[in-house]
Amino acid sequence: MTQNRRPHILVTGAAGALAQQVIKQLRNHCDLVAVDFREQVYLGDDIPSYCIDFNKRVFEDLFRRYEFDGVIHLGRIMSSQLTRMRRYNANVLGTQKLLDLSLKYGIKRVVVLSTYHVYGAVAYNPALIDESAPLKSAGLSSDLIDSVELENLANIYLWRYPELNISILRPCNIVGPGVRNAMSTLLASQRAPVLAGFSPMMQFIHIDDMADAIVLAYKKPTRGVFNVAPQDWVAYQHALKLCHCKSLPIPSVPPILPAMILRTLKLRSFPSYLMAFFKYPVVIDGRAFANEFGFKPKRQLKDIFRFYKENKKPV
Amino acid sequence: MSLASFIKSRLVPAELEQQVNRIRKPIGSLGYDPWGYNNEAVKYGLALTKQIYEKYFRVQAHGVEKIPAKGPVLIIANHSGQLPIDGILIGYALASRKNSPRMPRAMIERFFPTVPWLGNLLNEVGAVLGDPVNCAKMLANEEAVIVFPEGIRGSGKLYRDRYELKRFGSGFMHLAMKYNAPIVPVGVVGCEETIPAIANIKPLAKALGIPYAPLALPVVLPAKVHLNFGDPMYFDDLEIPEEQVTERVEKVKAEISRLIDKGLSERKRLF
Repeated sequence: MTQNRRPHILVTGAAGALAQQVIKQLRNHCDLVAVDFREQVYLGDDIPSYCIDFNKRVFEDLFRRYEFDGVIHLGRIMSSQLTRMRRYNANVLGTQKLLDLSLKYGIKRVVVLSTYHVYGAVAYNPALIDESAPLKSAGLSSDLIDSVELENLANIYLWRYPELNISILRPCNIVGPGVRNAMSTLLASQRAPVLAGFSPMMQFIHIDDMADAIVLAYKKPTRGVFNVAPQDWVAYQHALKLCHCKSLPIPSVPPILPAMILRTLKLRSFPSYLMAFFKYPVVIDGRAFANEFGFKPKRQLKDIFRFYKENKKPV
Repeated sequence: MSLASFIKSRLVPAELEQQVNRIRKPIGSLGYDPWGYNNEAVKYGLALTKQIYEKYFRVQAHGVEKIPAKGPVLIIANHSGQLPIDGILIGYALASRKNSPRMPRAMIERFFPTVPWLGNLLNEVGAVLGDPVNCAKMLANEEAVIVFPEGIRGSGKLYRDRYELKRFGSGFMHLAMKYNAPIVPVGVVGCEETIPAIANIKPLAKALGIPYAPLALPVVLPAKVHLNFGDPMYFDDLEIPEEQVTERVEKVKAEISRLIDKGLSERKRLF
């Protein structure tokens, strides 16, 4: 191995806009390999890209062939995608396989993307939740169990195998051009459901800022769990207004009523198990990450919302 | 002039708007803080409270200048009158004082965030879910925080128990000690007479999922309210057993009791 060997990094979730942004930032000084569970994406001739299930044996061949130094695991299937069982297989068992292989092949840095959903939206949440707060979401909905399990798993590996240098990032709502998650779909739509009488405080991070955060995290091997969120807040209904998105109130009391309505409507961007996040705030404290990694988001909330206002039908 | 700004100019006097703008708050780019405080909503809230404070309850506040102009401070008061009117009036007294006004934050019952519209409204004007983590982070943020250590034991008490202080929780004392925050005791007189309740219908409260269901007239009576602010009390942050913390809590309780007695003796009539 030569002294100036470029770092070899495996990036998962390559079909997502966030991974592509991270790849764009790293491709000039790292040798990247992109994988995705869902589809094969073309990322240029210099980046091998695979559509692969982590649970298949051929996945290990990538580790043998490319001799990775680090892994950036962004391939978490969101709770609004696929069935509960397939999500569990991909997110929990797939991640376990990924971490086992990382250990076997001497990976020195692992960054895992989690979500603020793990904290769970409950009425008694204090604001500025820090990383040591209990993860309540598994008790609220079985559809969020895989998110919490993924975290638990990564946490066990974090402490048991310090040589892996695992960092788990829990970002707030990632939004911006190309993002296809539930929140981005809502902000981009003409009309978005709201629970009548509830407009919880929310945090949004621009996809480019999030990519910056991931790259910063990768470059500094500090182990641990970190929230990633800007020091800026807005109420959900106010955000919709700034995106020129009309509110569509859904009756909120008694609580069984909105749950029934949402289960019947089966909206992809407003699923019944995420309902609580549109009712109660989950405001996280991103200061530990900002201090440790010198992270400062560059895009303002107003710019983010202006994008949605001007692109009501994003590509 | 847009309709919204026309309505605002009618509802919110310019001087009040200036007053709110003068109070610096650590808020984000869209005027919110992490707990949901909103600068614009506060202007409407204060304009409305001004009328209630001056014309309806004709509040007489003594010693509001004793609250420090800056730094963390806990404003501890007796709780009464079924609705959190006392918190609103104390908050207005501090926000409207001539020299160095402050926008205090009130810790509210855990049940409020579950109430549609009201929960958000209270958050926007500065009220915060009464959680120790919230209170700690606010004191770290150098806020003035209003706490009613009696909680629902105080606000839900019946008319026959008026001006009888219920058990004080000790959480506020631990926070005051940890964050070196002075405690300003307040004796509230008058709020007991705003919604006199003769009974608490417990099964109804349980069915509705609310802390208490008072049997009372469905009106808020215009009782005259006296607020007496005491001198700031300072407590060191030594590691002391819970027994001594309770003694400190009792000291604050005794001071509030003295301030209530002062208010009662000043009061000429109920309304």
